[in-house]
Amino acid sequence: MLVADEVATYHPVLTENPYQPHMARIVRIHKMVENNHLFTLRFLEDQLAHSFRHQPGQFIMLSVPGAGEMPISISSSPSRPEVLELCVRRVGRVTDALYRLKTNDLVGVRGPYGNGYPMQEIMANDVLLAAGGLGMAPLRSLLWYALDHRDKFGNITLMYGAKRPEDMLFREELVALVDRTDINCLLTVDADPSGAWKGHVGLLPALFDYAKIDPARTYAAVCGPPVVYKFILQRLLDLGFPKNRILMSLERRMKCGVGKCGHCSIGYKYTCMQGPIFTYWDAINLPEMI
Amino acid sequence: MKILKLPKGKLDLFASVVQQFGELHAPVEQDGKYVFKRLARWPDARLEYDRTILPPKKYFLPPRETLFRYRPGEGFVPSTDGLDQRIVLFGVHACDVYAINILDQVFLGKYKDPYYQARRRNIAIIGIDCTPDKQCFCRSMRADFVDHGFDLFFYDTGDYYQALVGTALGDDMVLATGNLFEPVGPADIDAYKERSWNKRRAFHLDVEIRDLSEIFEMEYESGIWDQLGRKCLSCGSCSMVCPTCYCYDVSDDVELGSRAGKRTRSWDSCLYFNHALVASGENFRRDRASRIKFRFYHKQRGFVAEYGRPSCVGCGRCVSACPVNIDTAQVIDRLRRVEDVGSR
Ligand SMILES: Cc1cc2nc3c(=O)[nH]c(=O)nc-3n(C[C@H](O)[C@H](O)[C@H](O)COP(=O)(O)OP(=O)(O)OC[C@H]3O[C@@H](n4cnc5c(N)ncnc54)[C@H](O)[C@@H]3O)c2cc1C
Ligand code: SF4
Ligand code: SF4
Ligand code: FES
Repeated sequence: MLVADEVATYHPVLTENPYQPHMARIVRIHKMVENNHLFTLRFLEDQLAHSFRHQPGQFIMLSVPGAGEMPISISSSPSRPEVLELCVRRVGRVTDALYRLKTNDLVGVRGPYGNGYPMQEIMANDVLLAAGGLGMAPLRSLLWYALDHRDKFGNITLMYGAKRPEDMLFREELVALVDRTDINCLLTVDADPSGAWKGHVGLLPALFDYAKIDPARTYAAVCGPPVVYKFILQRLLDLGFPKNRILMSLERRMKCGVGKCGHCSIGYKYTCMQGPIFTYWDAINLPEMI
Repeated sequence: MKILKLPKGKLDLFASVVQQFGELHAPVEQDGKYVFKRLARWPDARLEYDRTILPPKKYFLPPRETLFRYRPGEGFVPSTDGLDQRIVLFGVHACDVYAINILDQVFLGKYKDPYYQARRRNIAIIGIDCTPDKQCFCRSMRADFVDHGFDLFFYDTGDYYQALVGTALGDDMVLATGNLFEPVGPADIDAYKERSWNKRRAFHLDVEIRDLSEIFEMEYESGIWDQLGRKCLSCGSCSMVCPTCYCYDVSDDVELGSRAGKRTRSWDSCLYFNHALVASGENFRRDRASRIKFRFYHKQRGFVAEYGRPSCVGCGRCVSACPVNIDTAQVIDRLRRVEDVGSR
């Protein structure tokens, strides 16, 4: 390897490297739910912390030094810049390594990547957010973006379901939305053994009974495990949603995030480039989509 | 384009001059097959060869490559190992140059890959025309001739090599030889045309790729995929030897007894079980049939949607490499064939 001062400064590997992780400090670890912690990051370089901009629905590639790199949705809204909030579920090698880190430890970040939600199209329409389980992670960015630019959107409805109250991501902040009048925040749990839950109990699709939705002027953003897609998509179609107004956020294995490594391909699209937000119309035209 | 000719007897002289532009690599014989390798001496070069085991992609996208080194306190430092080495690849066939042009579309398009970019800049390509054998279908894939992507390209026209000069570097190579190259006249042009015609007639295989995308869509549920899935061993050889397969895996390793480490990428294959596996245990292409279908679908249909042409150049390597004789041209042919309803 060449030592830094021997290398001509224009070397593309050093100056324009899309794989270059930028170091960021973990400023806070919030143990929202067992094995689903919220990590707040701030870039070491102030310049980058100020200039980093993303769209709701985009993701970053997060490096845990020595362990690896993985795609993680940005859970914070672009309307609240300077830090990035990531909700990470502990599932394997790299996420385990992340969970061993403490506040002030360093991670690497590159991005943002992916198309994000089509905000220009969505604005001025009603928005329905429907999430199950970890699906709240990418939707939270959209939720706060809409709430922070409240006058730019029509009615906002959130339907979110978790197994039990203690499994609900962002529970405190979402419960606080229930009383707000500028959003219809519907939260449900499959079961409530503790008996302390004041919200709905039952499966996610049951929340449609409490929502007033006009399919002709609404964009629906859906995210969650496969069962959520299975039940919610059918429901939306029955309501008469146009297929290109149903937006889904998809997960695929990703090794580069920039259309090179081939892992994230679905049919003929790369999830990292043309996704991770796809319309239902894409879904029925791409094999292997859901 | 500048077109010149080199008397065949002067080829070794040309080769010795060209070495000043970089380390000379060319096909050499190894156990009855051919490989691109650094030349120990010029006579080892085999310019009349069928196909090399691995395509020249190994120079631009090495099988294993360090991207970054990680040191606590320093973060991820890009590795520049080997990127500035100058190499002259002598004797690259048209389909392989074409394949590199296809890789350019992926690696030098949006989000340029700087490692690939550096290697592409530092590795010169001198192409050479060839005679198809019974596994070649580059003509069907429109990759039997190539009009860019090389520095020089040689056509054997009998007593001469006719040379297309593709880049300023190619021109410098010509100039460096003094007056070895000569201008071409009408007789040379006729000699070229005859060669071109003969090449055309030498093909054994012919597959039709027009509307192949549509046929792939229609035959997505075809029983052929299950049949292929039962044969395929998921060994990944077809991906490794393919000049346009570029999937890679990335892994981080920590040096023993320290917190420093490195990030490496290495060739991968969509035929491997874990290619589309995610942490939830979900695997979007769990069975072999879906994986081999994906390989064909992506090359012959997916790539067309994204980049305007199939990513297969018809080099025939996957056919030679496959232990169970899965034959790309045959698969395309079978998909296109009209079968009577009864046999479905
Ligand atoms: C666009 C996108 C957004 C995501 N957002 C989030 C998020 O906000 N929060 C969260 O917890 N998880 C998210 N994921 C999933 C997350 O990337 C995986 O859980 C993570 O890669 C698992 O890594 P691991 O090493 O701990 O698991 P292992 O099972 O040990 O994984 C090994 C490797 O497999 C691959 N892999 C495994 N699972 C997935 C997966 N689901 N998606 C993509 N690659 C995978 C990765 O390359 C990983 O390095 C997202 C995935 C994508 C594609
Ligand atoms: S798919 Fe087979 S024939 Fe086509 S370029 Fe790749 S190795 Fe060559
Ligand atoms: S070389 Fe043949 S057996 Fe091996 S993965 Fe490719 S198609 Fe399957
Ligand atoms: S993540 Fe590598 S191509 Fe999409």
